[in-house]
Amino acid sequence: MSSNSLVSISDISRDEILDLLDRARYFEENPNSKILDGRVVATLFFEPSTRTRLSFETAVNRLGGRVIGFSDANSTSTSKGETLKDTIKMVANYVDLIVMRHYLEGAARYATEVTDIPVINAGDGANQHPSQTMLDLYSIYKTQGTLNNLTITMVGDLKYGRTVHSLLMAMQYFNPTFNFIASKELQMPEEYKEFCRTHGIRFTESTDFSPEVINSSDIIYMTRVQRERFTDIMEYERVKNLYTLHNSMLDNSKPTLKILHPLPRVNEIDRDVDDNPKAYYFDQARNGLFARQAIITRALGIDPRK
Amino acid sequence: MSTNKKELAVAALRNGTVIDRIPSSALFQAVRLLGLEKSNRHVTIGNNLHSGKLGTKGIIKIADTEFPEAVLNRIALIAPCAVVNTIRDFEVVDKRPVKLPATLTGIVKCGNPKCISNNEPMTTKFEVIDNDPVTIRCHYCNHAVAGKDAQIL
Repeated sequence: MSSNSLVSISDISRDEILDLLDRARYFEENPNSKILDGRVVATLFFEPSTRTRLSFETAVNRLGGRVIGFSDANSTSTSKGETLKDTIKMVANYVDLIVMRHYLEGAARYATEVTDIPVINAGDGANQHPSQTMLDLYSIYKTQGTLNNLTITMVGDLKYGRTVHSLLMAMQYFNPTFNFIASKELQMPEEYKEFCRTHGIRFTESTDFSPEVINSSDIIYMTRVQRERFTDIMEYERVKNLYTLHNSMLDNSKPTLKILHPLPRVNEIDRDVDDNPKAYYFDQARNGLFARQAIITRALGIDPRK
Repeated sequence: MSTNKKELAVAALRNGTVIDRIPSSALFQAVRLLGLEKSNRHVTIGNNLHSGKLGTKGIIKIADTEFPEAVLNRIALIAPCAVVNTIRDFEVVDKRPVKLPATLTGIVKCGNPKCISNNEPMTTKFEVIDNDPVTIRCHYCNHAVAGKDAQIL
């Protein structure tokens, strides 16, 4: 097992998060270099995810490293019944770092236990996706100038949305205030509210996406409400537009407010928000490149700032 | 002591182990956890006995057998109040409560069908995140379950 692996955001400390943010800042200023010259990185995508894979592969390519891998498990020995352990041990013979996405939860944690090569979790089912959390944190840090004492409003699917769960846990070090806005069916699970209580994190909970909440926010984190999450389709039809953000709703919001969304978006942010300077979701995706360059160099034990 | 009299009423043990104060609902799970189905020793199992603290309780006596502490402590998962008595020559030479280990390896099956541990030939691993009531969490997929609801392998 390599201690440079990154499986879950909760595995790393406040100082390590801040170090990764500083690396991301460095890579935003210096996105292209040769510091990974001679290194080979495997991107093993047992489940397709074009956005995440391209972001990781671009991160390696811009730093001068080489990439091998696959984007779909159907083209690998997994389809012949090979175990994950065997696939990982085989690939580990060839590369310096493994970036993996898997449809099974816990797959990345298990992979770290069968190899000494560092492993970066690029998403394991509904479980963890720490590089998404790092790019969210970097986006917040960059736009607000700090992570401390911010009011963050999370909207949409708070029950199944792993990005909001991971962001909530990562923010524990920075004295946040959360507003959880969701329909009854998709409210923040009790375990995360309990996490807030035990860590002294203030939060409010409401089904109403009200002007008061919007106007008090530093960050609004929108998520997609998926139809398949509802047992009652009538309920979906009733709530699907309740949590849509329109440009007019931002009239009295803070000048420094930023709207985040992990993408892809469907109809939870109206197109009329896109041209508002407070819309940040496309820049947020771009920050994913720098956040992933930061995570990759940390995993390989390379410090670009030296 | 009255407890000792009750134990003796079932069967006097010369040497062996008596596990007492097992909640009635957890008794047979405890039997499985100890692997007693395969034991060829005298095993006495009593259930729905009167208990001041638990209402009713179960008790297991195993002759001529002493278990490693790690094995006994597995019982804490389903019976956190259980007490283990070690008997030598009709005397209770040791009496102590079970103690839940911090991690449970290869004991519990994860209830999440999408967990890697249910799809790969591997050993399961759980961390104890709460002792009262006992709650454990899968080391791999983070799925949490109450100790009393855990599926014993």
